[in-house]
Formats: sequence, C-alpha cells, structure tokens
Amino acid sequence: MYVAVKGGEKAIENAHRLLAEERRGDPETPELSLTQIDGQLSLAVDRVMTEGSLYDRTLAALAVKQARGDLIEAIFLLRAYRTTLTRFGASEPIDTGTMTIRRRISATYKDLPGGQVLGPTFDYTHRLLDFSLMEEAAATPAEEVPAAPPAAMPRVAELLDREGLIEEEASSETGPAGDVTRNAMTLPADRDVRLQMLARGDEGFVLALGYSTQRGYGRNHPFAGEIRLGDVEVAFTPPELGFSVVIGEIAVTECQMINQFKGSAERPPQFTRGYGIAFGHCERKTMAMANVDRALRARELGEDVTAPAQDEEFVLYHCDNVEASGFVQHLKLPHYVDFQSELDIVRRLRADFEARRMGDAAE
Amino acid sequence: MSDKTITGYNFAYLDEQTKRMIRRAILKAVAIPGHQIPFGSREMPLPYGWGTGGIQVTASIIGADDTLKVIDQGADDTTNAVSIRRFFSKTAGVKTTESTRDATIIQTRHRIPETPLAEGQILVYQVPIPEPLRWLEPREVETRKMHALSEYGPMHVQLYEQIATFGRIAATYDYPVMVHGRYLMRPSPIPKFDNPKMDHNPALQLFGAGREKRIYAVPPYTSVKSLDFEDHPFAVESWEHCCGLCGSTTSYLDEIVTDDQGGRMFLCSDTDYCTQRQAQGFRGPLNSEAAE
Repeated sequence: MYVAVKGGEKAIENAHRLLAEERRGDPETPELSLTQIDGQLSLAVDRVMTEGSLYDRTLAALAVKQARGDLIEAIFLLRAYRTTLTRFGASEPIDTGTMTIRRRISATYKDLPGGQVLGPTFDYTHRLLDFSLMEEAAATPAEEVPAAPPAAMPRVAELLDREGLIEEEASSETGPAGDVTRNAMTLPADRDVRLQMLARGDEGFVLALGYSTQRGYGRNHPFAGEIRLGDVEVAFTPPELGFSVVIGEIAVTECQMINQFKGSAERPPQFTRGYGIAFGHCERKTMAMANVDRALRARELGEDVTAPAQDEEFVLYHCDNVEASGFVQHLKLPHYVDFQSELDIVRRLRADFEARRMGDAAE
Repeated sequence: MSDKTITGYNFAYLDEQTKRMIRRAILKAVAIPGHQIPFGSREMPLPYGWGTGGIQVTASIIGADDTLKVIDQGADDTTNAVSIRRFFSKTAGVKTTESTRDATIIQTRHRIPETPLAEGQILVYQVPIPEPLRWLEPREVETRKMHALSEYGPMHVQLYEQIATFGRIAATYDYPVMVHGRYLMRPSPIPKFDNPKMDHNPALQLFGAGREKRIYAVPPYTSVKSLDFEDHPFAVESWEHCCGLCGSTTSYLDEIVTDDQGGRMFLCSDTDYCTQRQAQGFRGPLNSEAAE
C-alpha cells in the first residue's frame, strides 16, 4: 500500500529532533554562549542585525546560535521575530556627523579635518592563519588611545559640498521615510525605499553588483570619499512629550562614495554621491551598497541604463536573501500534481509525434 | 511535539493592525475580481515560497470558531500542509479538519478539492508568482500597464504558438484564466484539471502571494474562463486508469512509481475525497482484498 506522503507529522518531529542534536554538536564540548557569539563573532552579529533590520545584539547572537552559523537562516529568524514587534514610531534621523568615531578613513584626501583613524580593521593584515589562536590564551588588550579623537570630524562629502563641486544631498523633508517591511514597494522606487532595500539586501548579491559597476557594467568611477564606523545617538520624539529624547546608542558603518559625473544638458559636471549604511561594522557591505545606489541613480541623472546594476527592477526585486532563499528552496516542496500535468502533456505530444511519423512513413 | 497554543504572540500570529491592513486589501480584491492588489506583506516565520501569502490571508480572516483544512498537492498529510496546519493550531488554537465539507477555511497549494465547495466556505490559495504575464514580460511596470489596457493579446499569441508548434495548447498548470471578463489571472499552479471548478464557485476564493506582496480574489459565483480558441477548446487532463484505492474515474490522479520495471499505480491526489469514497464502500482495483 502507498504510504509515502503519510507520516508527515512524525517525520517532521524526528527531523526537528535531529536538527537540535546537530546544532548542539558534541555534548562533551561546552555550549556556545550568546555573550561569546556577540563578543567573538561580532561581525556575524553585525551582518545579521543589518540584513535582519533589527538592532539587538543579543537576539542576533541567539539567531546565529539557533541557525548553526548559517547567517541567512539567522537573518530569517531575526526578521520573523521583528515583524511581530509593535511599532511605536520612527526615530529622528541619526546624525553620523556627531558620531563617536572608532574608524574613519578617506581615500580622496591624504589628510583632512579630524584625520584618518584606522581603527579595528582587517586591512593591512597579512591573511596568514594564526596558529597561535588554536590555543586559548590570555587576552592582550590594545594599548589605550593616547588622546580622545578630536570632536570635530566633518563628513568629507560636506567639505566638497562647500565648493559646489558635489551635488547637494536631496532633502528628505517631503515626508516620512518609506518602510518596505510595512508597504509593498512600488516602482519607480524613491531613494529612501531603494536604500532600505539595499541595506537589507544580501551582502553577497550587493557586493557582486557593486563589483560589476567597477568592471564596466554601468561604470560610475567611484572614490571612497569616506568610510566611518562608530556610535551614534538615537533620539525619539514621543508624541505626548513633543521634544526628542535620546533613547540609546547604536553602532553604524557609513560609506559615502564620490562619483564622477560628466554633466548633462540640465546639470553641470560635478561629483555625485552613492550612499551606504549598515548596523555595526559592515564595511564591505556599505561600500558595495554605495556603488549600487549610485548605479541605480542612472535614470535620475540622465545616464543610459545598460547594466544589471542600473536596472532598478532587477536589483531591488532580487537583493533580498530571505525572499530569494525561500523561493529557491521551495523547489524542495512536492510538485507532483504539476509534474503529473506535465507528464500527461508530454505523453500526448509524444503520441502526436509518433502518429505523425507513422503517417509520414506510410506515405 | 504538542500543538498547544504558544504564548507571547497575538491570535493567529499577526497583530490586529496588520490583519486589518490585509483585510482591506482583500476587500479591494473582492471588489475588483482578478485584479492584483499590492499589500504590505509581512515577514513570516515560514520561508517565502512556502505559503507565506496564503498564511497571511488565512491569519487575517480566521476567527476562533473557524475550522481549518490545509492541503498541499491535494493531500492533508504532506509535510508542508502539516507544518502550516500546525502553525495555526499553535498560534490560533483553532479546530482543524481533513474533511473538505467540515472546513470553513481551506488553505491550499496546487489543488482545488474534488468535493464541491459550498457558500460560506473560503478557499485560500498559496501563490508563488501572481502575474499571469510574467513569462511574457518580466517587468512589473510593463505588466501593470498591460492589465490597465487589457492588453492580453500576447498571451493568446503564446497559446497560439503552442498550437502551431505542437498541434495543441501545451500549458498544463497555472493555466491563465479571464475573471469576470476583465482581468487575466493566474490561478496559481493548480493543474488545468481544476480550472473549471473556479468558475461560478459558491465559495470565496482568495489568493495570497507573500514574496511578491499581492492579493487577489474571485468572489462567489464569478465567471472564470480558461483561455482557449473556438477551434481549440479548453480541455483538461484525463487518465486511462481509475484510482487504485477508491476506483474514482473523475478525480485528479497522482502517478506513483512502484518499482524500476515500469510499474505504476494511480491514486487520487485528493486524499480526503479518496478516503470518503472508500468509507462509502467504493473500491479500486488495488483495494479489493480490503473490501472483503
């Protein structure tokens, strides 16, 4: 008797038990704590917070643990939790100009007000496996920074701004920022919605697209005007108070790309901007995002749309890894009803084909 | 694992504001049969492509006194149907059933039950790609224009090209339909065998596409016509076999490979229908000993 589709309940239960066992790994080895993940796999936590659109280090660490280190699965977990949270309102826009800087570099000026601050970076490390890390060792703290970095760290884009060499940043005072988690995106998408999609977008996908612009597919001559990492205050204005209150600090990475622009009939030659931002330390993501943001401004700037990275529908509809991962993997679900339909038609078409061939042979 | 209701979440998972937003989209969809309404699709704890649209629609319309049936490929026992049914018994604590007649809401993937639906019932379809013109035109901006202008010629041309190439229409599932004589609609990947059941169905049919963020609907007793030509009328799949278990000759059959010698058996894809028929004493060729 045919039983293949029966027993789904039992099978799911068993699969979940197996999964739990695999997740835990060897029970002889101590279990990972969320503090360990947050502290020692902090960049994984940063990515999960960014693409999960939720700034909560503990929950992101929990998601990484539960997902067995599969970051896209962790992002999925975090987003599914986020969607159940009550929305109290929107914060004031954060001001990255007043950031407590941990890292700040510019590739366009050798030195600039506030200076270059390397901070914690993989850059200039030699990628040699450090076998000493195989052993647990006492921590060697970094030396204290001699003096607090100067308070004034103006953003590089603003330095150029004063000369009129770079376009003015479009004001967003036209209304509240869009929210792709609450409203279906409509096209053409405004820049707020586009930046939101890209910030939530898959790092690998955005990276490849950003890369493609540098290889001639929608080239936009980027310069890393500035990358800054640090903590910013988040302020919120409760309607019943009427004035803003600082409710906490978050770490963000911000990238301002400065791109050449030849000018058009309406606009003089000037530098244009691409923008990237992410929670925590996600430098690669913000740089790629800035490249893609600038590429997607092609239509606005009157440039020819020829490359995938400039194609808004293509980029925005395919950058979300939770959507992509779900839909690609839904192919695992049974499709035998559809397949039966296809079997039926292929048999008919083959019968037609045979009949025709026999007919031809008989003539 | 128990199906006990979980705490810390709202009834049926979504918050009430979200449900209202979705119900507004549903009302709009019912008012314009076959027209796709964008909605603020939420991130769900199940993956996209696994029924998030259907789940959100069901979550927005379900009440504590509803009885829910969930099927996938016609069967109540397929793993994803089990998982979705379990989701609702966990988050809403509602009664569930495998009987098409007893259900007030039926969420489905890829089939319409064989048992005719009745007034007051709601059939919720899970939809992967809502846009019927998508394989002809990948751009949403363009397809929306085509719908606005009822520019459906290209779809007829595509079907005609199949006739020119194969001598017959080769589309088999997700077969395009005209709803209420106005909007071209994708029925979701049900076999075209099920298309005639949509026409003037007494039940309300709701379609949810979570990843694509669209909802559409066919209100009760609405005309749903599968595209065809006068000289190539619409036809559905048929089998030379009957169901091995219940002997039905009118239901959609799944083909089961039984060995590597070309052995096959054919069984109803709708497990509830098949079980009911067997309970009524109907027997198929594979089931004769059980009849004794």
